[in-house]
Amino acid sequence: MTSLPAREPGAKKLGLVIDLDTCVGCHACAVSCKQWNDGGHSAPLPDYDPYGARPDGVWFNRIHTYETSGGAAGDGAAGRTVHFPRSCLHCDEPACVTVCPTGASYKRAEDGIVLVNADLCIGCKLCSWACPYGAREFDEDERVMKKCTLCIDRIYNETIPESERVPACVATCPAHARHFGDLGDPTSAVSKLVQSRGGFDLMPEMGYRPVNKYLPPRRNACTAAPLAERPALPGSVAERLLSWLDRALSL
Amino acid sequence: MTPALSVIFFTTASGAGYGLLILAGLLAPFGLTPANRWFGLAAVLLALFLASAGLVASTLHLGHPERAWRAVSQWRSSWLSREGLAALLTYPPAFGFLAAWFLARGPSAPMAACGVLAAALAAVTVFCTAMIYASLRPVRQWRHVLVAPNFFLLAGFSGALWLAFLSRTFHAASVLPSALALFFGLSALAVKLAYWRAIDRSKGESTIETATGLGRLGRVRSLETPHTEENYLLREMGFRIARKHANRLRFLAVLVGFALPIVLTAAGLACSPAPALIIALVAAMLALIGIFIERWLFFAEATHTVVLYYGRPA
Repeated sequence: MTSLPAREPGAKKLGLVIDLDTCVGCHACAVSCKQWNDGGHSAPLPDYDPYGARPDGVWFNRIHTYETSGGAAGDGAAGRTVHFPRSCLHCDEPACVTVCPTGASYKRAEDGIVLVNADLCIGCKLCSWACPYGAREFDEDERVMKKCTLCIDRIYNETIPESERVPACVATCPAHARHFGDLGDPTSAVSKLVQSRGGFDLMPEMGYRPVNKYLPPRRNACTAAPLAERPALPGSVAERLLSWLDRALSL
Repeated sequence: MTPALSVIFFTTASGAGYGLLILAGLLAPFGLTPANRWFGLAAVLLALFLASAGLVASTLHLGHPERAWRAVSQWRSSWLSREGLAALLTYPPAFGFLAAWFLARGPSAPMAACGVLAAALAAVTVFCTAMIYASLRPVRQWRHVLVAPNFFLLAGFSGALWLAFLSRTFHAASVLPSALALFFGLSALAVKLAYWRAIDRSKGESTIETATGLGRLGRVRSLETPHTEENYLLREMGFRIARKHANRLRFLAVLVGFALPIVLTAAGLACSPAPALIIALVAAMLALIGIFIERWLFFAEATHTVVLYYGRPA
């Protein structure tokens, strides 16, 4: 059914919180996602011409890098480089689901995850047109649409240790820039994180009400004191040399 | 948006077919078309042929055409599903209309009932087709109030041109269908010009700043894209057309799709039957070609918000 399930306020809404302050743009999430999902729920994730001149393929994570001008002046003085992972946001109002003519796309009532049933998909691509975020990519080999499953085959997987029951992108992120949890529960760790850090929605004007949230880069996170203001070291040159020698020898 | 030829052919051909069915269904029961049974056969079969050819073509762009039957199941939420359902539901009354016309040799109550019902369902189908596009928020050129009127008027225009041609073929006067063609043609032209003006002047509500949420840090520009080659997203939704080419094609669409058919139709009213028949056929064919160009532009000029992430305007 592509009609959206009736969901109570406070119902479970599994999703990701992505910290743009700590993301280092290493693409590990994208690679880990590709590796896991190539054998998971939506497997395989095809590559076309992988070693040729124009490599291409289906990826559920795409890592952009942006540069901001910094402040209203736009003079670049406070400009930032921000790495930006983009994936399915598992929206509360996913038009990708409601436009689906066959019922292949659906939003799960129990946890809000948006999935595609590849056996029902006719490959009309309308869902990819309906997603403002570019979360869906067409599998040219199987001729069906594919998308992030929030690693549904990991998070409920009782054959792997409990600590690993998170999406592959979250498990692998070396900067801990990705967090997974229930965003429908205001007391969950991810909800508190969103609240304390001022997490935001992408393109809220589209009205899709994304579940995934992004945390903004912190302002002036590490400002070094100007060199001229450093206090001069006490003592004469000889005293400082002796003191250095003392420290070096006592190591 | 990348123009999909099968979908463009579908909307052009089925638009003409449903337009013809709407006009025949509403006019014939009231004696406003030739009553000839063979005229009825020709009109309804041509309408269903155009609509069906379009429907078959539209399945060609599917990844799994053999599963197309599943597409009628989600009419509660999906305009594409509603379109498919309305298209299928149009056939029984259309065949009833044809049978009543052919067997009763003239207007009758069953013919009127089936004709009006077929016309209504054909109109619903055209509306659903337009709403597939007009309901997509990420494409500002499609989510526009003039999109549905544009689809309707072009269906009426091309349908009326074919009705005029068929009337001439059966040695009947074509004043009413020609007048309808002129009305729909001029209205469609006005709506299309207003639409082009509107999409040229409007800007999308979304920007790279809202797409990334980084507007709080100032202006945003793309420094590095995730991949070096075009991917599915850019191939499907990143189509770009040069302003110069778009303007030439707009001129061509107006000339071939509107100006020539309208002038020819007006001229045909003053002609003797033999040249008028040829003129009516040429006008109907030109309109189809022109509308095909217009529909190609409808795709080519549409931009999708996903390209914002790649630093392109949408």
